[in-house]
Amino acid sequence: MAVYELKTAKKPPIKDSGIIFWIRKNLLSSPSNILMTLLSLYILYIIIPPFVKWAFIDANFAGHTKADCTGDGACWIFIRVKLKMFIFGFYPESELWRAKLTMALGALTVAFAVIDRVPKSVKIASILILPIVSFILLYGGVFGLEVVEPSKWGGLLLTLVIATVGIVLSFPIGIFLAMGRQSKLPIIKTLSVFYIEFIRGVPLITVLFMASIVLPLFFPEGVNFNKLARALIGITLFQAAYVAENIRGGFQAIPKGQYEAADALGLTYWQKMRLIILPQAIKVAIPNLVGTFISLFKDTSLVMIIGLFDLLSMVKLTASDRDWLGFDTEGYVFVALIYWVFNFAMSRYSKRLEKKLDTNNRD
Amino acid sequence: MSFLRDEKVRGILYQLITIVAFAALALYIAHNTAQNIEARGIKTGFDFLNHSSGFDITESPIHYTTKSTHWDVYKVGLINTLIVSFFGIVLTSILGLIIGVARLSSNWIISRLAATYIETFRNIPVLLQILFWYNVVLAAMPSVRHSYSFFNSIFINQRGIFVPKPIFLNGSIYIAVAVLVAVTMGWFIHKWAKKRLEETGREFPVFSTNLALLIILPLIAYYATGKPINFDYPVLKGFNFEGGKTYTPEFLALLFALTIYTATFIAEAIRSGIEAVNKGQKEAAEALGLSKMQALKLVILPQAIRVAIPPIISQYLNLIKNSSLAAAIGYPELVTVFAGTSLNVTGQALEIMAITMGTYLVISIIVSLVLNWFNHKMKIKER
Repeated sequence: MAVYELKTAKKPPIKDSGIIFWIRKNLLSSPSNILMTLLSLYILYIIIPPFVKWAFIDANFAGHTKADCTGDGACWIFIRVKLKMFIFGFYPESELWRAKLTMALGALTVAFAVIDRVPKSVKIASILILPIVSFILLYGGVFGLEVVEPSKWGGLLLTLVIATVGIVLSFPIGIFLAMGRQSKLPIIKTLSVFYIEFIRGVPLITVLFMASIVLPLFFPEGVNFNKLARALIGITLFQAAYVAENIRGGFQAIPKGQYEAADALGLTYWQKMRLIILPQAIKVAIPNLVGTFISLFKDTSLVMIIGLFDLLSMVKLTASDRDWLGFDTEGYVFVALIYWVFNFAMSRYSKRLEKKLDTNNRD
Repeated sequence: MSFLRDEKVRGILYQLITIVAFAALALYIAHNTAQNIEARGIKTGFDFLNHSSGFDITESPIHYTTKSTHWDVYKVGLINTLIVSFFGIVLTSILGLIIGVARLSSNWIISRLAATYIETFRNIPVLLQILFWYNVVLAAMPSVRHSYSFFNSIFINQRGIFVPKPIFLNGSIYIAVAVLVAVTMGWFIHKWAKKRLEETGREFPVFSTNLALLIILPLIAYYATGKPINFDYPVLKGFNFEGGKTYTPEFLALLFALTIYTATFIAEAIRSGIEAVNKGQKEAAEALGLSKMQALKLVILPQAIRVAIPPIISQYLNLIKNSSLAAAIGYPELVTVFAGTSLNVTGQALEIMAITMGTYLVISIIVSLVLNWFNHKMKIKER
């Protein structure tokens, strides 16, 4: 007869969930790991408390004049008082509704473009209409709207205008350049390659100098562009080369069979491009294009060097007001935050797109 | 008109139209430019390069006075561009490598910290960062009299950083020779160790041996030749420091901003390079019994580098191009002094912009030649 003995129970396996386990695995798995954790905690300790103290605890929020800024921290009153300058520049007070309406329309267009459920026709129509409506609203001169000279546009408004115009105008030019670069016709190809490589080889600032100093020499006397138009020409010509390279990447990602199938169907070159190649190429290129647009948005800050009053230049301008001398720090932090929000949103969107478009590679 | 249906004929026609349109545009521009230049009384030609500039430059690595020519201005600008780019590339590589590796760390907090760094500085325009360093951080440094002092030899104040400057006396050439010998020996050791590894499978600590050689040999030379390197220390005299080497706030602001900004892209390139290595490679290395370090050194890195280096090289080029933003704070590099001050003095915008853009173009071409060479060398050699 067998004797059954009760064995002592085995210890339960080490818990592999829960916060303690997580901390042990991710923060304290080895001596060097513990050291790293301590080091990062120290880094956080020297950065975060002083910043929080400066930006919130010791900061002043209420009040209207410099005298109200009594704390050691940031003076956010300065930002509140100068907010109109940061956003709209010198846009006249009485016409401010036009600038606000333009920005709202811009936001609506972006919303249309981002939301999937909106029909494609609405997306494209809104993107095409926006520049025209914006120009009429901002510049005026028709429908009884008072003319507001571009020299009065400034701040975030100007930054957005430059970025939008740069994006919209450089897109078609970029497509043609990319097609030119792919072309079998040697002269067209050479010209496209030279243009693209030339622009990509020089800094934007030199292109802007060209546009603002040399460009007026190229036109007969009497033809005059204002500063903004010159900057826009420079930025667009610069941006087009980068867009072209993105689109070219899209072209190269398309299987050769697509070209051959289009040829076999007897489509002409333009039909082939318009109906078969470009829709696919642009789709593939979109994530990279968004990346290029992020660069463009950051690069718009360079127009301050040729004397336009964009968002970045507002810092110096507002901080040199005699009543508000020396608030550069608050200005830079505020402006950096605005740039950051826009760029971060765009980069997140591009990541989302990349995932969505990545249809053939699931592992 | 049936010949128009021929693709070849149409191709030639398109090209003819392009050439004619292009030539017409070029002629139109040339004509207008010539007229405008005459009407405004602007001089032409490159004679101005030999005329004295009449202005001074705050930082010049070569001899420069107000009597120097515009050609000297160009040289000063170009050298300053190259100096700040060189320091920037070295520092941004180190910082980018640290951040990139930290981003991949298994330690959650380190990885988040690196990710926050990348997302923060990548999304803020580099020009804003330059201005922030210049107008906020460096402007908040103490006055000359109240400088931060380290070991009484390094001083930081509003006018920049003052560090001791090495002076090489006779005999210091032997130290350079020692470095050269160490490098050559290191190269041979590397070859020998590789051969031995392939033949016998035994490893040799190449890295630590070479590091030791690189430190010990020059040290021996230094003491054997009677310490031929002296240091010129900065000393407070009156209202400023004299002696030593000075790094101005303009230089530092530009350097810091470019380094911090570019490092975010380099970190991302390194991360995507390492992540691009197939998971199976790591597993195979583990299955072969390689240690974690060995797997990294022998399997992961050689493959990651192939992916990571090309974007890193183009980031170096971006850094060089972005150094032109110095125009906003007045560090005397190419765009600031040549395309800025010289252009204003002479008014010869066409010539100066052509030279400036041409210079950047040459730099770009050199960098892309390096890139092509690298890609060619790194191409997977398939059977």
